Amino acid sequence: MADRFQAPDYYQIDDLLTEEHKLIRNTVREWVKKEVSPIIEDYAQKAEYPIQLNKGIAELGGFGPYIPTEYGGAGLDQISYGLIMQELERGDSGIRSAASVQSSLVMYPIYQYGNEEQRKKYLPKLASGEWVGSFGLTEPDHGSNPGGMITNFKDKGDHYLLNGAKMWITNSPICDVAVVWAKNEEGRIHGLVVERGMEGFTTPETHGKWSLRASRTGELVFDNVKVPKENLLPNKSGLGAPLGCLDSARYGIAWGAIGAAMDCYDSALRYSKERIQFDRPIASYQLVQKKLAEMLTEITKAQLLVWRLGQLKNEGKATTQQISMAKRNNVDMALKIAREARQIHGGMGITGEYPIMRHMMNLESVITYEGTHDIHLLITGMDITGISAFRVD
Amino acid sequence: MKILVCISKAPDTTAKIAFTDNNTQFDTNGVQFIINPYDEWYALVKGLEIKEAQGGSVTVINVGKADNDPTIRKALAIGADDAVRIDAEPTDALYTAKQIAKYAKENNFDLVLCGKETIDYNGSQVGGMIAAILDQPFISNASKMEMDGNKATVQRDIQGGKEVIEVETPFVLSAAKGMAEARIPNMRGIMAARTKPLNVIEPAEAENATEIVSYELPPAKGDCKYIDADNAAELLELLRNEAKVI
Repeated sequence: MADRFQAPDYYQIDDLLTEEHKLIRNTVREWVKKEVSPIIEDYAQKAEYPIQLNKGIAELGGFGPYIPTEYGGAGLDQISYGLIMQELERGDSGIRSAASVQSSLVMYPIYQYGNEEQRKKYLPKLASGEWVGSFGLTEPDHGSNPGGMITNFKDKGDHYLLNGAKMWITNSPICDVAVVWAKNEEGRIHGLVVERGMEGFTTPETHGKWSLRASRTGELVFDNVKVPKENLLPNKSGLGAPLGCLDSARYGIAWGAIGAAMDCYDSALRYSKERIQFDRPIASYQLVQKKLAEMLTEITKAQLLVWRLGQLKNEGKATTQQISMAKRNNVDMALKIAREARQIHGGMGITGEYPIMRHMMNLESVITYEGTHDIHLLITGMDITGISAFRVD
Repeated sequence: MKILVCISKAPDTTAKIAFTDNNTQFDTNGVQFIINPYDEWYALVKGLEIKEAQGGSVTVINVGKADNDPTIRKALAIGADDAVRIDAEPTDALYTAKQIAKYAKENNFDLVLCGKETIDYNGSQVGGMIAAILDQPFISNASKMEMDGNKATVQRDIQGGKEVIEVETPFVLSAAKGMAEARIPNMRGIMAARTKPLNVIEPAEAENATEIVSYELPPAKGDCKYIDADNAAELLELLRNEAKVI
């Protein structure tokens, strides 16, 4: 079915964007309609990532939008980054995840914490989509508490010896490089760039997901992997280093979730005007109008939230806590809209004829990854009370 | 090959159309504007294809005020080398054609391309008028063109079939569907568009030849009537006496 998406903009938020923002947003929107929408349902059903899209994502600046052009990035501002994520996720959260991970979890730490040789070696190939990157922080027993990680490396003189395992890693089965967080012998967390082909490094795939089916997920397993010393990211260590990456990725997710929500709302609005029951379109019934009106209200609030957050990010003023609030609110908003939109679509809502169920299932991952819904709430709670409720110190 | 592509802005196809001032003004409030698709998808991309094959340059030209600049930037992002905006409201086809023709004449273009019509006013006039003012051939409704040096073989859509003609530069051509495949700009193009020249020039002295007196919206769609599939007599009765179409 042709993609008839029309984006809602109830508060004329377009007027707050620059002409270049709109050109970038519309370009990605056009690309998604042409390249993603026609194939994504099939890939989700087959549980495959459409890797052929990587070239297009790269040309759109989707890999490292805010990384400077000298390293192959697009050199754009944070609102452009957000808009790209919004439009990619309007297509599918799996496509946005690929761009998020590559940009904020792989390119960002190499750019921010790496040295010049590392930047020159990795960033251009990641920006062009020639290489796929992944990010290893979460472990089987350490999700919300990454600081408890077991993965570690020992200094063996001319190299580091890396051992451990990471789980729930987007793109692990197809990655060429992985930014891996591990403790040194003093228990300090450092980032290491692990490359495919290093002996003892394997990436088993996680099968049978009901969510993010058009995205590959797996583990990163390190069994006495010899990592060259020049692969350690030298400019930042401690838990703050990976959390800095997550700030950037979560910011992108806050925008991305709006894309999924807009797609569900748009589809529900159109369907409700076309679907006739009791001789009238179901859009003429109050309960359906309530759903649609509340969806649009929530989308509009979310749009204003990320626009302001984008301004703060551009000015270097956005805090981790502010980003948590936006990620939590917007993903929850999108998931609720997906569920309501599913109801408006009736039985059709569960089929692949409409994007609703795919978005809904995707968002069940998005609400958990990059800081769960509950943990983000506790981050806000800690910020306003000064008391941590998720960690006993 | 020095190519000039005329681009017009048009309301997005999903825009809600309304009029103000007693139906004499188009209400632009909340309307998103795009490059007229025939200009962008076919004329501009064909110009770029010719440039890529033979070398040369593609200049886009627009008659309009500063609020057209975003649409012009998109043409630069897609790949035009530079842009010219003639700083005047394009209130009439002849007025607009005179502005573009003057610039085209002064700058000796080999080829002037435009879309076969704009999707708002459907005038299909400006291209032909430019050709007349420049005293050049005008090829309208072209759906295919191959260039060999300065010689072009052009296919035109005509009633019930195709016409193939040959023509040598300089000439003016209006492009229809089939001429090229629409291009989505990439980020490199968008970034390059920031620094490409967009020259604003003052309009030439010219008068409008026509004046818009009023607009009228099409009648609202009536309600659908459902007739039982077995009841052909009622259908005939309604078509004859109510719709009055048979």
